[in-house]
Amino acid sequence: MSPSDYLYLGRPTGPIYLRVRAKGLWAGMLLALAALMLAGLALGAGALELSHAQVWQALLGEGPARLGAVVREWRLPRVVMALVVGGALGMSGAIFQSLIRNPLGSPDVIGFNTGAYTGALVTIILLQGSYFEIATGALVGGLAAALLVYLLAYRRGIQGFRLIIVGIAISAMLAAFNTWLMISASLESAMTAALWGAGSLNGITWDKALPSALFSLVAMMLTLLLGRRMALLEMGDDSASALGVPAERTRLQLMSLGVVLTAAATAAAGPISFIALAAPQIAQRLSRSHGTALLCAFWVGALLLLLADYCAQHLFAPRQLPVGIVTVSIGGLYLVWLLFRQSRLASS
Amino acid sequence: MTPARLSLAQPVPDEATPHYTEPATVRLRGQHLRLGYGDRVICPQLDVRIPDGSFTVIVGPNGCGKSTLLRSLCRLITPQAGQVYLDGRQIRDYPARTVAQQLGLLPQSATAPDGISVLDLVSRGRYPHQSLLRQWSPQDEIAVQTAMQATGVADLAGRAVDELSGGQRQRVWVAMALAQETPLLLLDEPTTYLDIAHQIELLELFRHLNRHTGRTLIAVLHDLNHACRYATHLIAMREGRIVAEGAPGDVVTADMVEQVFGLPCLVMADPVSHTPMVIPRGKVHMA
Repeated sequence: MSPSDYLYLGRPTGPIYLRVRAKGLWAGMLLALAALMLAGLALGAGALELSHAQVWQALLGEGPARLGAVVREWRLPRVVMALVVGGALGMSGAIFQSLIRNPLGSPDVIGFNTGAYTGALVTIILLQGSYFEIATGALVGGLAAALLVYLLAYRRGIQGFRLIIVGIAISAMLAAFNTWLMISASLESAMTAALWGAGSLNGITWDKALPSALFSLVAMMLTLLLGRRMALLEMGDDSASALGVPAERTRLQLMSLGVVLTAAATAAAGPISFIALAAPQIAQRLSRSHGTALLCAFWVGALLLLLADYCAQHLFAPRQLPVGIVTVSIGGLYLVWLLFRQSRLASS
Repeated sequence: MTPARLSLAQPVPDEATPHYTEPATVRLRGQHLRLGYGDRVICPQLDVRIPDGSFTVIVGPNGCGKSTLLRSLCRLITPQAGQVYLDGRQIRDYPARTVAQQLGLLPQSATAPDGISVLDLVSRGRYPHQSLLRQWSPQDEIAVQTAMQATGVADLAGRAVDELSGGQRQRVWVAMALAQETPLLLLDEPTTYLDIAHQIELLELFRHLNRHTGRTLIAVLHDLNHACRYATHLIAMREGRIVAEGAPGDVVTADMVEQVFGLPCLVMADPVSHTPMVIPRGKVHMA
């Protein structure tokens, strides 16, 4: 890797001068392009097949009003939310894998998803809540579980390993509680809960999507600002501190942002697994760099979820699957591959 | 340099012995420090001054608090009592970035992120000099190249750090600390895990940096003979206290070594560097 592998943006003496890995930048751009092309495809597909020209017209607000409504009110929020939720999960996974320094790190590690499910179950079964109430319940449950795990794992700072162990313990206890809630619920409530628990973008509208999307975007911006500190933290607390990065504070900030990103995604679509696990790994293989890892993780996550949602809608059409089921299936295959690869690396 | 000059007596200082005279300035010092973790107090009461421009080496038996002292000097641990001062101001009052511009650290344990290249890792040393919008500058470029040349890793720039040998990797970490261009540099057991040739190579590099770039170096070393040979200022610690302090030629005596390490020994003049050389008297050879 010679200096020519870098791209320089701005002027050396000007107010802005950046140096980025060319490979990472290209990978990010290609991923973005792929995601946007797939988004175009998804907007045209469905019971009402539309051509590219028709989709474009509808997006611009031209053409027949009926087509405009289908594209802008039904399909667009779903596609946008697939991108945002997938991207948020990808970024959140990148944060946790960096903090825990383990490729199996994800927001699940700190019990967020199980806690969110508990929150949703309580809202559905005990309070018979509406869509927004379920989302709020999930948020409260997830945040409470994450906070509990953080506090229990805290001993003069946070260590990845202790976080994982405490996370597993809390998740197991919450999962048992969730099962008990499910079997003591009425059939109808249990169905609603199971549907929510599968994770789905079915029936998403702009009203449901916007709050979560706004939260995600703000958290993403803040995460990108902390990106360089995150990379330095990977070298260990001593090295990071020596370079002027306050280790414990930065870790808490990053962890909070990771939880907010997961929370926003879960509120909109329910728990969707695998994206947070796989997206950062795929992004790192594609970009082979660290500075651009967060952006690439965003785009890989967005692309993966959009692809999974496309499959969920059209693979067994007219029957629609919850997208969470598709991601879990792909996730299982991915894990098998990862373990297979690591065992081969270890034996060679 | 002939064997004829070897004597069992205390070393006679000559031109090769670094004569150390107390400088007018001391930028980094600790006052009334009590250091420890929780209830475990390691250093009950300690005053330390790091002479500017010195190559200060802290020695002492395992668990004597030398690493703890070093970590407190660079804010990695907060003293339970007392204060560390940098330029007369309490070090904890400075912003983290300001300290990082003055004080570098080569930690004992640092992990290189998977697959990171040597050039990328060394470049990270420039972080305290950069800002959000100015993430790179011509000065950064120069500092990184200079640091890689000084440590002899310029040819490895494109290699991944995890592919390198232990000695090369340690030099890359040194290069990162050098690229930070701090007037003060702390080294926590920098020669551990290196073979003897690489140890000497690294220590020669530190001496060169100390003499020719005017940096103040503060190192924790295990090998007393290395410390005697390369230090201009030696701090010997035992059970959390400073037992002796000064130029190695002045403070290293058989009595001092026995007092600090509990090791009966002879102190002779090193035939090459004419600094004190410690030779343990092991029990078997006593007769």
